[in-house]
Amino acid sequence: MVTIEINGQQVEAEQGQMLIEAADKAGIAIPRFCYHKNLSISASCRMCLVEVEKAPKPMPACATPVADGMVVNTKSTYALAAQKSVMEFLLINHPLDCPVCDQGGECDLQEFSIGYGSDKSQYAEIKRVVKDKDIGPLIATELTRCIHCTRCVRFGQEIAGMRELGATGRGDWMEIGTYIEKSIDSELSGNIIDLCPVGALTSKVSRFTYRVWELANNDSISAHDCIGSNCNAQTKNGEIKRVISRQNDSINDAWISDRDRYSFEGLQSDDRLTKPMIKKDGAWTEASWDDALQFAVNSLKDIKDKSQIGTVCSPSVTTEEMYLLQKVMRGIGSNNIDHRLRQSDFRGQDQDPLFPGLGMSVADVAAQQAAILIGSNVRKEQPIMGHQLRQASLKGAKISFVNPVSFDANFNVAHEFTIAPSQMFKELKVLAKVALENSSAGAPEGLAALVSSVKVTDEHKQCIAELSDADNSMVILGTIVQAMPNYSAMRILASYIADASNSTLSYLTPGANTSGAYLSGLLPNRTQVAQGEFANTDGLDTQAMFAQKLKAYILYGIEVERDLDNPVQASQALDNADFVVSLSAFVTDAIKAGSDVILPISTITESSGTLINVAGIWQSFNAVSKAKGLSKPGWKVLRVMGNLFNIDGFDYQSSEDVINELKSALALENSQSETSRATNQLVWDCPENISAQTTDIQRIAELSIYNVDAVTRRATALQKTQDAQVDVAKINSALAKKLKLEDAQAVTAKQADNTAQVTISIDNKITDNCVYLSAGNVAASSLGGGFDTIELIPA
Amino acid sequence: MKQLTQFFNSLFLAELFKGLSVTGRYLFKKKITVQYPEEKTPQSYRFRGLHAQRRYANGEERCIACKLCEAICPALAISIESEEREDGSRRTKSYDIDLTKCIFCGFCEESCPVDAIVETRIFEYHGEEKSDLYMTKEKLLAVGDKYEEQIAADRAEDASYR
Repeated sequence: MVTIEINGQQVEAEQGQMLIEAADKAGIAIPRFCYHKNLSISASCRMCLVEVEKAPKPMPACATPVADGMVVNTKSTYALAAQKSVMEFLLINHPLDCPVCDQGGECDLQEFSIGYGSDKSQYAEIKRVVKDKDIGPLIATELTRCIHCTRCVRFGQEIAGMRELGATGRGDWMEIGTYIEKSIDSELSGNIIDLCPVGALTSKVSRFTYRVWELANNDSISAHDCIGSNCNAQTKNGEIKRVISRQNDSINDAWISDRDRYSFEGLQSDDRLTKPMIKKDGAWTEASWDDALQFAVNSLKDIKDKSQIGTVCSPSVTTEEMYLLQKVMRGIGSNNIDHRLRQSDFRGQDQDPLFPGLGMSVADVAAQQAAILIGSNVRKEQPIMGHQLRQASLKGAKISFVNPVSFDANFNVAHEFTIAPSQMFKELKVLAKVALENSSAGAPEGLAALVSSVKVTDEHKQCIAELSDADNSMVILGTIVQAMPNYSAMRILASYIADASNSTLSYLTPGANTSGAYLSGLLPNRTQVAQGEFANTDGLDTQAMFAQKLKAYILYGIEVERDLDNPVQASQALDNADFVVSLSAFVTDAIKAGSDVILPISTITESSGTLINVAGIWQSFNAVSKAKGLSKPGWKVLRVMGNLFNIDGFDYQSSEDVINELKSALALENSQSETSRATNQLVWDCPENISAQTTDIQRIAELSIYNVDAVTRRATALQKTQDAQVDVAKINSALAKKLKLEDAQAVTAKQADNTAQVTISIDNKITDNCVYLSAGNVAASSLGGGFDTIELIPA
Repeated sequence: MKQLTQFFNSLFLAELFKGLSVTGRYLFKKKITVQYPEEKTPQSYRFRGLHAQRRYANGEERCIACKLCEAICPALAISIESEEREDGSRRTKSYDIDLTKCIFCGFCEESCPVDAIVETRIFEYHGEEKSDLYMTKEKLLAVGDKYEEQIAADRAEDASYR
């Protein structure tokens, strides 16, 4: 610790800290453009010049390390004159277009010009003009306004891990651009809008439709992945106009993903459901809430055998809704409740932990020294987790992947085992064998026999050695492996590998609130009872519910044809059912075709609620935007349903009452906002040896980044990005040669009796003998299971 | 002495007669009656009457939807919806002034960076319904188009003082 004096005030600072950090900590404002606490220092704008005693000239506070006894003045005539001159230089080439600039009102340049600038300029020569660049559907450029702080360039290099933007030219003629004409494709790209201190980079979505002083700030939580990034949803007249990030160093630092930033556009989609609808004699009519709810409840009461009712819920709704939904269904005597839409192997479900989570905080991931990710496209599925892993990797962590596709990583990958889904179990056996050989503890029962036939390579050995040598390491099960047909067996092996190498077993879960679903008991095999103990029940899981063709279904917040692992099977079950209730914010032809009553529920931003992230953090939020039409928050609808069914204990006044009831059932104080992270490690239960030597072509399905939920699917700008172009079947060139297919050729994809028309795209990142056809997109809605065999027939 | 003067002044109601003398002077003075509407009082070029939206000589509307007038309006009489026009420029989708709220302070005109919203010399307008006094963008542009010559002349005269 050193003591320095700023403006006559004694300030304690750490050795090596920069002046600006010490000043910020002491609450002394120094103007700055290029300095950002989450980025490296470039000292390019010179706005933070201050007077340092005995220094021959003004010093930039962002690049001057503190020294004991330093005397600094940020407000002296000398410092102010320096700042004033810098301001004048910065304004030389800046256009006077504040009235049409979307940054106007929150612009650092505007503010500092008032605070530190001069009221006149001596400059009378030509102003520089820069041609605008088209960098994609999300970010608008107006590069004449650029002051060359290079925050966006540094963000790309340091945080996004993609050097997409750079500076060309020198001095006055320096330009920010992409070198060659291309779009910015990083999944975190939107953050450069927040970073840009001027209006050079602004949002293309809702461009020119608001001024910042018209917006109301609403703290909110992003609901598109399990990270629960903190964001600020800004509204005008009750309508979300933009979403920006909110600093939370234990979760998302200062960043949010593009999906969290731009998904709100989907809220204004034309197919929002505004009134309850009832199907009478095949024709849809609008109905009042009373009639529709009464009709739904009476029809469900008519189903005498309550085990013939199946309830499927989206994993991205609030915990309150999940808790009430399972309470209503259990109240009427049905245990067929599930939220695991894409899972197909439920054999190990009784071994599930309290909730499948990280086993550590999100920020702790950046402190890991080694990790193996099994079946995960982390960068696109949970962009903020990808960011944390990248931070770990930059500090030297060894991160390896076991995946069916060699996904692009934005950090150095230590080892990559790219292998067909059917072979992944074998690959894990190899890793388990190495772990067993290294382990001093005895082999669990049956493991030695299970792994006896597999061959170990040096790379496998190295990978496991890195894991066991690290002080902190993790084995992560991603959402792809969780959807695979032999997930339970692979999970046991992963748990063993984690155990033997002294690592944490972590899950990255689908949807925004899988943790909430587990904790509220939205599962067929256990009901949530007092003190966090679970009683076992014998309900049906998602797969079984649709396979067994029940009499009635309740669909909560899902689009069957795009959210489920096997949409065809599910649609058939719905057609076959006597009665189907859909609670949904949107109405599509598919929803109409499959249901008898549709009740409009509000989306997450239109209702108060709580999301529990993958680290077990409970984050509650208020309603941000106005509900559309007559749609109502889901917890209110479910409360009334509970009343109509005459179930006790449905007298909630607010969503807080609901969450407090759940908290007390889980032995949490009302004020507590974290569930302790129980270990995820499983009890060893030797899996069956699956030998999958198949010559059939296997499908690889992954819920692609902009297809994760109904709102995101309707966000038009996101759907125009590169990442959203997934309506193709990707195969590698070897398979293309074998099947005599060419790039961009139209083919018919066939799974059992189901077909879809797709275009071939040749991509050598796909493993041999596999077709990558992502789930959730339009083409895949007429196909079967995500990892079933598939045929490609030239059209 | 001072007290004495004050005493006699109030005793003989000196101040009352002083006041009444002004009344008397005006009572017998020649009367000025403006025979409205045949006659009208002269107006300043700074007169703040009915609002108008102006255009550039090429017919392009001036307003760029910066919303400074909306922000400064003390009576909250202005409401603007903005959008990106097809050519990529920032324009208003709607621009409404509620004349029943307006206090004719002229701040909107002062805040406008492009001289789009102005107050004209027109004060004789009426509405048969309240909605007639709700000026939309079309109505405002129509006023501007009709009186552009006068508006431009007034601005030119005032230019050296601004």
